[in-house]
Amino acid sequence: MSALLSVRDLSVDFTTYGQTHQVLHSVSLDVPAHAQIALVGESGSGKTVTMKAIMGLLRQPPAHIRSGQIIYDGRDLLTLADSERVALRGTAMSMVFQDPMSSLNPVFTIADQMSTILKYADRRLGRSRSARDRMVRVHEVLSQVRMRDPERVSASYPIMLSGGMRQRVLIAMALLSEPALLIADEPGTALDVTTQAQILRLLKDLVTQRGLALLMITHNLGVVRETSSYVYVMNRGRVVEQAETATLFSSPQSDYTKSLIAAVPRLTGGTHYGTVMP
Amino acid sequence: MTAMLEIRNLTKTFPTHSAFGRPTGEVKAVADVSFAIEKGQVYGLAGESGSGKSTIARMIMGLTRPTAGAILIDGQDIAGQIGTRAHGRRVQMVFQNPGASLNPRRTVAQSIAVPLVAHGFDRAEQPRRIADLLDMVQLPKSFAQRYPHELSGGQKQRVAIARALAVAPKLLVLDEPTSALDVSVQARVMDLLTDLGRALDLTFLFISHDLSLMRNFAQKVGILYLGQIVETGPTAEVFMRPEHDYTRLLLASVPVISTEEEAMRPIIPLIDGEIPTAEKLLALRGQATGKVTP
Repeated sequence: MSALLSVRDLSVDFTTYGQTHQVLHSVSLDVPAHAQIALVGESGSGKTVTMKAIMGLLRQPPAHIRSGQIIYDGRDLLTLADSERVALRGTAMSMVFQDPMSSLNPVFTIADQMSTILKYADRRLGRSRSARDRMVRVHEVLSQVRMRDPERVSASYPIMLSGGMRQRVLIAMALLSEPALLIADEPGTALDVTTQAQILRLLKDLVTQRGLALLMITHNLGVVRETSSYVYVMNRGRVVEQAETATLFSSPQSDYTKSLIAAVPRLTGGTHYGTVMP
Repeated sequence: MTAMLEIRNLTKTFPTHSAFGRPTGEVKAVADVSFAIEKGQVYGLAGESGSGKSTIARMIMGLTRPTAGAILIDGQDIAGQIGTRAHGRRVQMVFQNPGASLNPRRTVAQSIAVPLVAHGFDRAEQPRRIADLLDMVQLPKSFAQRYPHELSGGQKQRVAIARALAVAPKLLVLDEPTSALDVSVQARVMDLLTDLGRALDLTFLFISHDLSLMRNFAQKVGILYLGQIVETGPTAEVFMRPEHDYTRLLLASVPVISTEEEAMRPIIPLIDGEIPTAEKLLALRGQATGKVTP
């Protein structure tokens, strides 16, 4: 089976204050091309470490990749030279970050930030385009994320935009060099529920229309259900369950998944509080 | 029967300034809000950022002065009582982020002792009272000597609850008490609050943006939008038959995990292929503020 991205038996240690802890225990997951995959877990489950390992953002030390492979499009990312690794980042795979305020530079306009990203992405891909062409692309991507006035938005500083608009800018940034894989780290969690619904819908539409693969990293089971077709559940550094999303909710297998689902308050009322894990 | 908390025509306006400090006008953070909570009940205030829910909580606690309107706790107007022990004994608050609301330099016992000292509680009795409070929030007595950084998020919030209960108030204001916690921890903290509410005959004002949580915890709910309650009623009814478009939009936006919940969510017309903002939706329906069902 050939997935676009395949994580095989990834084990990661962290060493702090002379003590070593294993935080990932042989984690494996597949993201096929065009598929929408979710990775769900609570704090400390290892979902963010997994994501960082995939993106090559783990600082080593304190982290140490003990064993495993991260295969993207047939190549093991962990054996690539740094320069080859960097060339993939933002071009083949892109990230949509969680916090739209801290991921944007407050002293540059959106156009400045986006065209800089595009310039370096182009360079990594061995392409080049004029400053004017870059702006054309920036406006194009901003309209793809349904900004009605791309010129105005691109001339704005982050502080001039609402939280939802900023999150759209982050999605636009991730789309700049047409990646095949989008990794989204809890997009919209910092936003109001109506804005979050808009962002999730936008992401879903983009992913299906443009045929992207999506790896959605989240703690929210509702987000899992609404954005993915296959899901991996992580707990304490291990993948404890994987299933089609619909199956996970209709017949969860592991005790952890069962208790997690039971802990979610329901809009219909009648929580299963009291049966929650010890 | 008098209500434990009654809010009458509460209004708060803040002056706005230009970048150079010149007054430019005012913004109505809370606009003519009224509601009441019966003894032993949980009333939920749901709203998004900027809806005024935290401003209402701050006015009840006496941290912000209302521009107009009255707040009555157990039949007594709190105006003129702000900052007094009497006010502090009637109402206490649990804040959103227990990491920030506990002093990192105080042990658990010292944090819980603050309200006891402020209210002139007998010093000799303090250790016993603190032990009792820890017991109430289901923490081991040995936690008294720990510092906040030695506790998990859920444990910190339990300490914050113990501190709020120290002077035995009858009314608790809960401002997003579990939004910083994992869902499994949230479930246990909500269980604890429900049990405490029953055991101590507490009345809760529960402020949250999480409608699913509200559905399970509050008997009555008020939906706040731009400082106004656009809809209020028994939670189950408001959720089953939302009348105001903003309530419908909020309900439609909640990510859910079952088909039963999905069936419950109102269908909102898409505008330009996307979920409309509240502003757009209400403008479309010509409904800036809605009908209030008492």
